[in-house]
Amino acid sequence: MIEFRDIEKSYGDHLVLHELNFSVAKGDRVTLIGPSGSGKTTILRLVMTLEEATDGYIFIDGQPLTHEERGGKRVARSKKDQKDIRKRIGMVFQQFNLFPNMSVLENIIEAPVHVLGQSKAEATTRAMELLEKVGLADKAEQHPTSLSGGQQQRVAIARALALDPEILLLDEVTSALDPEIVGEVLGILRNIAETTDITMLIVTHEMQFARDVSNRVLMFDGGKIVEEAPPSVMFSDPKHQRTKDFLHAVLGDAEGTIGTH
Amino acid sequence: MISITTALDWNWDTTWDVLPTLLSTFLKVTLLVTVLSTLIAALLGLVIAMTLRLAPKPIAVTVKWIANFIRMTPIVVQLLFAYYAFLSLDGITIGILIFGIHYSTYMSEVYRAGIDAVPQGQWEATTALSMSTRRTWTAVIIPQALRATIPALGNYAVSMFKDTPFLLVIGVVEMVNAGLIFGGNTYRYIEPLTLVGIIFLLASYPTSLLIGRLEKRLAFNT
Ligand SMILES: Nc1ncnc2c1ncn2[C@@H]1O[C@H](COP(=O)(O)OP(=O)(O)OP(=O)(O)O)[C@@H](O)[C@H]1O
Ligand SMILES: [Mg+2]
Repeated sequence: MIEFRDIEKSYGDHLVLHELNFSVAKGDRVTLIGPSGSGKTTILRLVMTLEEATDGYIFIDGQPLTHEERGGKRVARSKKDQKDIRKRIGMVFQQFNLFPNMSVLENIIEAPVHVLGQSKAEATTRAMELLEKVGLADKAEQHPTSLSGGQQQRVAIARALALDPEILLLDEVTSALDPEIVGEVLGILRNIAETTDITMLIVTHEMQFARDVSNRVLMFDGGKIVEEAPPSVMFSDPKHQRTKDFLHAVLGDAEGTIGTH
Repeated sequence: MISITTALDWNWDTTWDVLPTLLSTFLKVTLLVTVLSTLIAALLGLVIAMTLRLAPKPIAVTVKWIANFIRMTPIVVQLLFAYYAFLSLDGITIGILIFGIHYSTYMSEVYRAGIDAVPQGQWEATTALSMSTRRTWTAVIIPQALRATIPALGNYAVSMFKDTPFLLVIGVVEMVNAGLIFGGNTYRYIEPLTLVGIIFLLASYPTSLLIGRLEKRLAFNT
């Protein structure tokens, strides 16, 4: 579903990702973990086309995302081609990024109406279902600024789902929230993971959540994959010292592991 | 016989004589020019701001150069220039166009600041939702940028209001000059000038109400 082939990303002369290769199968739930600055956000932003790789290729379902090889050269794809693929990808941001000038409902139906060409009525029906799903059907007419952080993030999740994405990117979606409302957002994401077959790429510090929803965990350090394993192995029996140290630091317990619950 | 006219000898006959002239020049010139020029400045300012941001570099640089030039030359010079360059246009039309164009270069700066103030995350959300460039601007960026520009637009409208006497250089008599001409003919300045002040004041109040209402309408959580 997603393939990174020899991806290199640098900002100026700061090399962030180097010869990165990995792929994600359809329906996979992959959690990216690793210390700050290891490149997790950059990977998600590359998939969302918010950033462009400096070299290498990303394929979505076998199709090149931003660049393709033609006649032995790396060339950018047309804006239209890029957009056609981008439509299949959704993203939820740490800071929600809802449009403050639109109501909750308008936020959600914007893309279905203007990108997918659905009728307003059709998009509204679907939006109300999604709001029901995230428990905010009664807030449809409100403006995002009048909602709590947790509520805003739930709207942002509904907005991303309204495009029926095949791939959902979640970058530390609970990091900006008060601890007591992290649970409600994670609960909704768990539910989405259980009831859909959306491919998910997740960056999170919520290791229990990662353990529950993902089937693969990739440990990054310095822009490279240090270790890859299913969560049951990664969290209870990591192989590499780097991973052990990282988990130890994040989880704060002596073992650096978490149990099943 | 010399008589010194002071504020103390207010003459009501003079007042009623001059009032109709003042009101009609106010409506037909001062207000007309201010309202239409404000509309032009608001629209053209946005066009300039978006051109600077979206147009290919050579076009953007040219537009920026022209806008800077217009902003840095006196409006009186521009009025005179346009008056002699476009002899077929009447003074009022020239006045409306020149005031509108002149102030659009100021408004474009206000829009630019408003656009720059839209957080990066908003742009990223439009990309993540695959929104078209057109929807990105019309549905997200411009509405958010506008909110910050309404007070400035109000201030520039008031400035224009106060600049309208400059129209005299191209032979257009607006309210202030109509009052002065009346004074020149009758040797009574107090009544016309007091009335001019009162009319300005009475006109500014509804304007500020209107701006306030616009600001409210563009606020986010209503
Ligand atoms: N716009 C940018 N300009 C310059 N450097 C950047 C930019 N964005 C990211 N970087 C650098 O790229 C590296 C990887 O950043 P990235 O945000 O992907 O890390 P991360 O793994 O998500 O970290 P965190 O856990 O703190 O979110 C960092 O060294 C960061 O400083
Ligand atoms: Mg990050």
